[in-house]
Amino acid sequence: MTVLEHASESDGSALLEVRHVKKYFPIRKGVLQREVAHVHAVDDVSFAVREGETLGLVGESGCGKSTLGRTLVRLLEPTAGEIVFQGTPIQDLGPRRLRPLRREMQMVFQDPYASLNPRKRVGTIVSDPMRIHDLGSRADQKRRVGEILETVGLSPEHYNRFPHEFSGGQRQRIGIARALALRPKLIIADEPVSALDVSIQSQMLNLLDDLQNEFQLTYIFIAHDLGVVRHVSDRIAVMYLGKIVELSPAEELYTRPIMPYTEALLSAVPLPDPDLAEQRERIVLEGDVPSPINPPSGCRFHPRCRYATDVCRQIEPPLVDYGNAHLAACHHPLNVDKATLQQVEVAKQHSPAEADDSALPQDTSGRSNPAVAPDTRSR
Amino acid sequence: MAERLLEVNDLKVRFATEDGIVQAVSGISFELERGKVLGIVGESGSGKSVTAMTLMGLTRGVNARFEGEVLYKGTDLLKVSDRDMQDFRGNELGMIFQDPMTSLNPVYRIGDQIVEAIQAHENVDKRTARARTIELLRQVGIPNPETRVDNFPHEFSGGMRQRAMIAMALSCNPSILIADEPTTALDVTIQAQIVELVSRLKEDFDSAVIFITHDLGVIADIADEIIVMYAGRVVERGSKRDLFYDPQMPYTWGLLGSIPRLDRPRPERLHTIEGSPPSLINLPDGCKFRPRCPHAFEKCTQEPGLENRVETPGHLDRCWLDVDFKRSHRDQTISGDSAEAA
Repeated sequence: MTVLEHASESDGSALLEVRHVKKYFPIRKGVLQREVAHVHAVDDVSFAVREGETLGLVGESGCGKSTLGRTLVRLLEPTAGEIVFQGTPIQDLGPRRLRPLRREMQMVFQDPYASLNPRKRVGTIVSDPMRIHDLGSRADQKRRVGEILETVGLSPEHYNRFPHEFSGGQRQRIGIARALALRPKLIIADEPVSALDVSIQSQMLNLLDDLQNEFQLTYIFIAHDLGVVRHVSDRIAVMYLGKIVELSPAEELYTRPIMPYTEALLSAVPLPDPDLAEQRERIVLEGDVPSPINPPSGCRFHPRCRYATDVCRQIEPPLVDYGNAHLAACHHPLNVDKATLQQVEVAKQHSPAEADDSALPQDTSGRSNPAVAPDTRSR
Repeated sequence: MAERLLEVNDLKVRFATEDGIVQAVSGISFELERGKVLGIVGESGSGKSVTAMTLMGLTRGVNARFEGEVLYKGTDLLKVSDRDMQDFRGNELGMIFQDPMTSLNPVYRIGDQIVEAIQAHENVDKRTARARTIELLRQVGIPNPETRVDNFPHEFSGGMRQRAMIAMALSCNPSILIADEPTTALDVTIQAQIVELVSRLKEDFDSAVIFITHDLGVIADIADEIIVMYAGRVVERGSKRDLFYDPQMPYTWGLLGSIPRLDRPRPERLHTIEGSPPSLINLPDGCKFRPRCPHAFEKCTQEPGLENRVETPGHLDRCWLDVDFKRSHRDQTISGDSAEAA
């Protein structure tokens, strides 16, 4: 069963469907600016987001999570793949047809210092989206800005202030107000709390929670901290080097991580309890995420994985369903009982669709690793 | 008993600005012994970074006024001349800054920057300094230090830049390493690596560490003693166990409750500390935390002293509330399921 089938069979309809999306950045060299290689920032990612849910997207710096977020709202053009928003494929839409859809999908950015124009007043920042989309009269817009500012916990008197007069947390509220101005359906929040103090972080997480209930928002919440993501997400996707390596209902990811990378990420989250912190086994991942220009062969995580074997070096594991809508891509899955494992093995042998999902991209990096036939995936 | 390296007595730091006098630090005291890790915790604007920079002599300026003592092995660093301070800086006290992106010079090679630091403090030739730089980079876990030493900062990842900063801070073998939010700009995985590195290097270099952070979780496994700062004051101080298992100050509860915890079931709502820290120009009367404290009562209009109010000696706090009341009420805040949050 593929990721997409999962999304469509579930009760809520999919607001956003992402099918085999890739985003490569060319690296150019020389006088002719020839393309010599590609950064595989997002490499064949598929998932779906249901209306009203929060999908957490987790991974280290450089795993492609921000690029994916930006590609979804077409701030970046996808290299390949389909992005279907409310039933409309949007990956090839021209600017004029894209604009009405932009009202439905908004972004909240990471850095509350860099993402607000320092020379514009708060009122202008928040009303600009309405002006651009020509919504209501000026008086209406102004009234609406007042309302939104109140909703996000600021006061309407802040209308004429400049961003520098606000603290980091308040600025992030302005960024959220701007995203809300058009009453979007989908908000992509790219590390909205990682630049803030813990005490302010929790205010912001509660605010996002309240707004979701009030306006029936759907979130894609990008973060590197699994602790933060747990608090807001219904489902969580773990990304590594441009790929989704695990996708699971939120709580299950914490109690039963399947991918060793998820296990390592979990063990890195600080525990504010000295005894527990001392007892638990901390899996420190050595080194950094490898270069996405030449991703490692086979499983991309194998150079840092403590369970890695020869299979992992040679064959890229497909994203497989381990029951309960919990998918993972690993040759040595953790926390899976024998019965499930056997079922999965059988399913693998009989489903040619898997080969399609795990087919290697035809890139220019010079690797000659042919698409793997399902029967070679012995363990 | 280990050698006492640092003793800070009633340190006050004030800055004159156009808007008025900023009382950045208002009377803090602590001691640090060799081999120990002191954690300083607080929100932005609580004075923790100013404290660290004052120890390093980096807040000196025409608009700054200091009171109190900063005794390093018996010498008062506040009275040392700017020139002599340079000898303490680096040789005796090393500092790691928060943002490894802006604290390295982008146009010089990493190696050259560390070599420069070594040569500024010691009379060694360039070749020796370079050999030592490579060795330092190896110790902080940079792969292939022989080639990496000639890289520019932009060729390093965030975690590697922070490692390079640590190598630079350690280059002259300081007795005290001050780490000012060294992991805040980094991913959780890299954060875990850096915390582990700092505690390992503390052993290797036989030094003491002051670890400043806004996240109590980060220092749960490495700190020996923790100071919680608020509005330029110490509001609670005690051993790691005191702070985590018997916190006395409602502000500390708030900090603990704000952390989304993996070791507990997910609460409906996270606890938050309402409002923001007070302006250091115009401080509220009485307990500085009173405006944001859910448990404030009449007595809080007078500022409580930093005193020992519990059985454990050395565990100090600034709160008028009854100890038994606190012990029965704090879990609501810390576990995040408090009814009063609504």
